[in-house]
Amino acid sequence: MDGSHASGSKVAAADGPGTQRTQYPYVTGTSIIALKYKDGVIMASDTGASYGSTLRYKSVERIKAVGKHSLIGASGEYSDFQEILRYLDELTLSDHMWDDGNSLGPKEIHSYLTRVMYNRRNKFDPLWNSLVLGGVKKGPKGEEKYLGMVNMIGTHFEENHIATGFGNHLAIPILRAEWREDMTFEEAVKLVEKCLLVLLYRDRSSINKFQIAKITTEGATIYPPYSLKTYWGFSAFENPSQGAVGSW
Amino acid sequence: MFRNQYDTDVTTWSPAGRLFQVEYAMEAVKQGSACVGLRSRTHAVLAAANKAASELSSHQRKVFRVADHAGVALAGLTADGRVLSRFLRSECINHAFVYDAPLPVSRLALRLADKAQVCTQRSWKRPYGVGLLVAGLDESGAHLYYNCPSGNYFEYQAFAIGSRSQAAKTFLERRFEGYNDYTPDQLIKDALSAIKETLQGEKLTSSNCTVAIVGRKDDGTVEPFEMIDAKRIQEIIDSMEATEEAPASAAEAESSSMQEDKGTDAGTGTDAAPMDI
Repeated sequence: MDGSHASGSKVAAADGPGTQRTQYPYVTGTSIIALKYKDGVIMASDTGASYGSTLRYKSVERIKAVGKHSLIGASGEYSDFQEILRYLDELTLSDHMWDDGNSLGPKEIHSYLTRVMYNRRNKFDPLWNSLVLGGVKKGPKGEEKYLGMVNMIGTHFEENHIATGFGNHLAIPILRAEWREDMTFEEAVKLVEKCLLVLLYRDRSSINKFQIAKITTEGATIYPPYSLKTYWGFSAFENPSQGAVGSW
Repeated sequence: MFRNQYDTDVTTWSPAGRLFQVEYAMEAVKQGSACVGLRSRTHAVLAAANKAASELSSHQRKVFRVADHAGVALAGLTADGRVLSRFLRSECINHAFVYDAPLPVSRLALRLADKAQVCTQRSWKRPYGVGLLVAGLDESGAHLYYNCPSGNYFEYQAFAIGSRSQAAKTFLERRFEGYNDYTPDQLIKDALSAIKETLQGEKLTSSNCTVAIVGRKDDGTVEPFEMIDAKRIQEIIDSMEATEEAPASAAEAESSSMQEDKGTDAGTGTDAAPMDI
């Protein structure tokens, strides 16, 4: 049941001289935004996966439910996310099969993922992701909301609001200014959409198709994808080549 | 128990379907000095009767803290018990390292049981000669398990093992139905009373018993597994004896001694008289 065996141990342990193992990511997802609100945790992302600078896949779910109490969102290499979902599947299945009244909460899953990510990093064979783990679980002091993240080098922390990738630069300042304790679901969605819109305008690898997910004591809900309205009617966008130097 | 031709090693069945070596190992548990365990919904208590090899030596350690949320009391070959306690501590620490959470007590008991089972199925091994009462706290409440050398384990509301444990079990059988709602202090008193039953006449003092408790208070804070210090045990023993000596004014003595107790002893009226004898 101890899940400290990551798949790196199945790859040949003997690396000859001159071999390198740090990879490059190929198919990548961009930012994840998440924040705690009154009833639990809300998480959002777009549904795109890029292949370098090409927006190759446009209907990718980068947020998934884990067990009864948690959501996981990932940016970075999508195949590594799929591998992580397999580990979590094994973990939650064996936890469920115990059938003994105990279940893995978001804190335990976050800690487990941190161990996996850090171990892989130490082998110079990272899982190239930034993972966001959110959930709600009943603790001895009542319902406890949890939100944390861990990235490919094993850096991990908990916060009231998290963003990965470009979200670190574009969304976090908005969240820091406008997040409050105990927002309603509607207020939380509005705040998240504000961040998603900024990312849509400014992050070249984002697409206009988003998914919002929430986790509460009732369980996880991942809403169907939808688009945001964008505005491009700025005067500077009309006749973009007017005044440009040089021509054919 | 008598010698027969099927008891030389643990991997030999008898024609009646018994593994004699395993049964002999369980005999070793019965030779050890007594331990009792009992639990309410929120707290679990372990108590052990201390036995010293001679007047010159210190007594054997029989109660071990395994983690903040769990501990064991053992009876039998205490050397085996020490090794198993180290294993349990290691399991708890490893789980806490990966999951940042305490190992649920049922899973701890299961790992111990699986380890014991291995020794019943290898010709080059022998069963552990120690029975362990595993007490702990997890998200589903307080738990008490008994792990025996056969690799079996059961959950109990209250149990006693070791020599003269039948006297303690009889005492516990009469009272266990109310234990779920007992306060920690009531549990400690019953544990001491049960140990007293096994002493059979010898006076119960804080120097011939060890008591440990783990639990969760009503406000959710955890009281980690720890031994109760001798001074406090003596106070509790004294208050129990005071109540026993004055049964006519038992209610008054109860209420005054309970006020000195730390902890939440709410219903003096609902508490049964500690000694029915």
